[in-house]
Amino acid sequence: MAQNGRPRLSENLSNSQSLLDIRDLKVVYLTARGPVRAVDGVSFAIRPGEVVGLAGESGSGKSTIAHATLRILHPPALITGGHVLFNNRDILEMGEIELEQFRWSNIAIVFQSAMNALNPVMRVRDQLLDVMQYHGIPKAVASEQAIALFDLVGIDPQRLDAYPHQLSGGMRQRVVIAIALALKPSLLILDEPTTALDVVVQKDILHQISELKEKLGFSIMFITHDLSLLVEISNRIAIMYAGEIVEKAPARVLFDQPLHPYTLGLMNSFPSISGDKHRLTGIPGSPPDLVNPPPGCRFHPRCAQAMPICSQEAPVTRSMSDSHSVACHLYAEV
Amino acid sequence: MTQTSSDPMLNTDQPARKPPILDVRGLTKYFPIGTFVSNRLVHAVEDVSFSVRRGQVVSLVGESGSGKTTIIRLIARLIPVTQGEILFNGIDVLKSEPRQASLDYRRKVQLIFQDPFASLNVVHNIEHHLARPLIIHKKAANRSDIHDLVCNLLETVGLNPAPEIARRYPHQLSGGQRQRVAIARALAVDPELILADEPISMLDVSIRMDILNLIDDLKAKNDISYVYITHDLASARYIGDKTMVMYAGHMVEGGPSEDITRNAMHPYTQLLLSAVPDPHAGLRTDSGVTVRGEVPSLINPPPGCPFAARCSKVMAICRQEIPGTSEIDSEHWVRCHLFV
Repeated sequence: MAQNGRPRLSENLSNSQSLLDIRDLKVVYLTARGPVRAVDGVSFAIRPGEVVGLAGESGSGKSTIAHATLRILHPPALITGGHVLFNNRDILEMGEIELEQFRWSNIAIVFQSAMNALNPVMRVRDQLLDVMQYHGIPKAVASEQAIALFDLVGIDPQRLDAYPHQLSGGMRQRVVIAIALALKPSLLILDEPTTALDVVVQKDILHQISELKEKLGFSIMFITHDLSLLVEISNRIAIMYAGEIVEKAPARVLFDQPLHPYTLGLMNSFPSISGDKHRLTGIPGSPPDLVNPPPGCRFHPRCAQAMPICSQEAPVTRSMSDSHSVACHLYAEV
Repeated sequence: MTQTSSDPMLNTDQPARKPPILDVRGLTKYFPIGTFVSNRLVHAVEDVSFSVRRGQVVSLVGESGSGKTTIIRLIARLIPVTQGEILFNGIDVLKSEPRQASLDYRRKVQLIFQDPFASLNVVHNIEHHLARPLIIHKKAANRSDIHDLVCNLLETVGLNPAPEIARRYPHQLSGGQRQRVAIARALAVDPELILADEPISMLDVSIRMDILNLIDDLKAKNDISYVYITHDLASARYIGDKTMVMYAGHMVEGGPSEDITRNAMHPYTQLLLSAVPDPHAGLRTDSGVTVRGEVPSLINPPPGCPFAARCSKVMAICRQEIPGTSEIDSEHWVRCHLFV
């Protein structure tokens, strides 16, 4: 629709309850083969103190949403529509100078490859101080805060003088989290924060993040492909497929009563450690090419319950209850 | 687990009557590091013993650096063994073929790697990848035979239409399809044992089960045995008849997969289990066994149990002696001083 320049948001649309409110966000990557519609009309909100999980396979647009929220997308990526409201301010309307002050002090991100996010030739202390000094905290104050931050994430402050290669993978991840928390953001985006870590370390870090969240009261956007992990850590979960949100629900509801066939398929892709052992099916086929997404519902070529209408019309998102919504023709008439 | 039986426990009994295809005894690998003036050794694999019966899948589980991959590289004889025996069909291959593995051994023991993007050559098409083992191991006489065999292989692993796929190049296939090609390549030479090194960890979640089920089907159909390496206890249980748990180069516990997950004895196995996210068990905040810490350095490690530094039940003896093997029952064993 709004390809060039988004329409201004009318005032009464603002929803004061949400910390972050993403509405109809659209991002394309311009490639030689044509535009890749990586995020295609995604809407969801994060309330203060809430953990919202974004789940989906690689290429489903999860990370693109995170990057769009911080406006750190680079060409050929282009935000073509929608609004990203943070405390009712549209991030997509901010100027560069305002944006520079806004980033990190309000929203910080822990990247997927956090182990490589650190500069190998700088001591971790300097990398921590760098962030704080850039945002105008005097060096003396920042030095003290650096020690407090290391305490907070469970690393001996003596390790502040270490170089990244002298730290283990788990410790490096903690350093990156400390840097993310340096300016006390109210929203922390975690983009596959533990994918590269071993299970035991992963558990430690997640435990720590939950503790910090309770203590400091920030909200979390948690991005991962591991649904079983999300069910444990999130309040609400949005399931993404091929650039769209196909189902949204509170974590427990989603786990107990998944509605969308894709969500069901994802649930069927993780063997359990304690449940009965039965053959799991996964999902046949592979995700679509987003240059030419399939017509109708994007999931229909892989869907076991596809009907004729699924290849013709894109399903609209329908609320099944206060907090549970799904975009699927199976639930068109309720 | 397989489609023939609803009770997974029955399957673990069935191959029990068959002789072991692979029997590893006291396998040890030290890597020297540093310059010639220092003689530091990385104790990558230390005194590991286990066996794989015909038609059985044995899962090796452990964190990164626990020595899983080194074990299968030793079994495949890609690197020399420091100490120990590898009995294949009852013959100690390190003695019978001391310098390097024979062509026959390399045919019977095949590998599947973790990264299907790195294990296929970008400048050759799929037919080339599958034809090579057929030519090297003299499985086909002429070009048209080779083409037919290649197509058969592709169909076996569910890649259709086969002639079309055979012409494609790796970049034209998805990750799951590439991993199927890697499996087809291993199958090309009628192997008896396949060593699979984290074959699903690089794949999209929705297609992982497809690949695991394919491995499982091939096990039943072609009577192939597997050593399956993973860091994920849940998938180890899903596919493995037996599960062996590795920690810092040591094998600390082993037994039928069901026993390992339901009745874990070793404190490390219990720690691993508690770390697996499991929504089926309900939302847990903490199970109480969480121990901070990471795998110790493997360079000239201190004496005693490798897990002693992190173990909540550590005793004085744990820091002095490496525990011997204690049997919990006929199949399930543990190496921990608590059970001596």
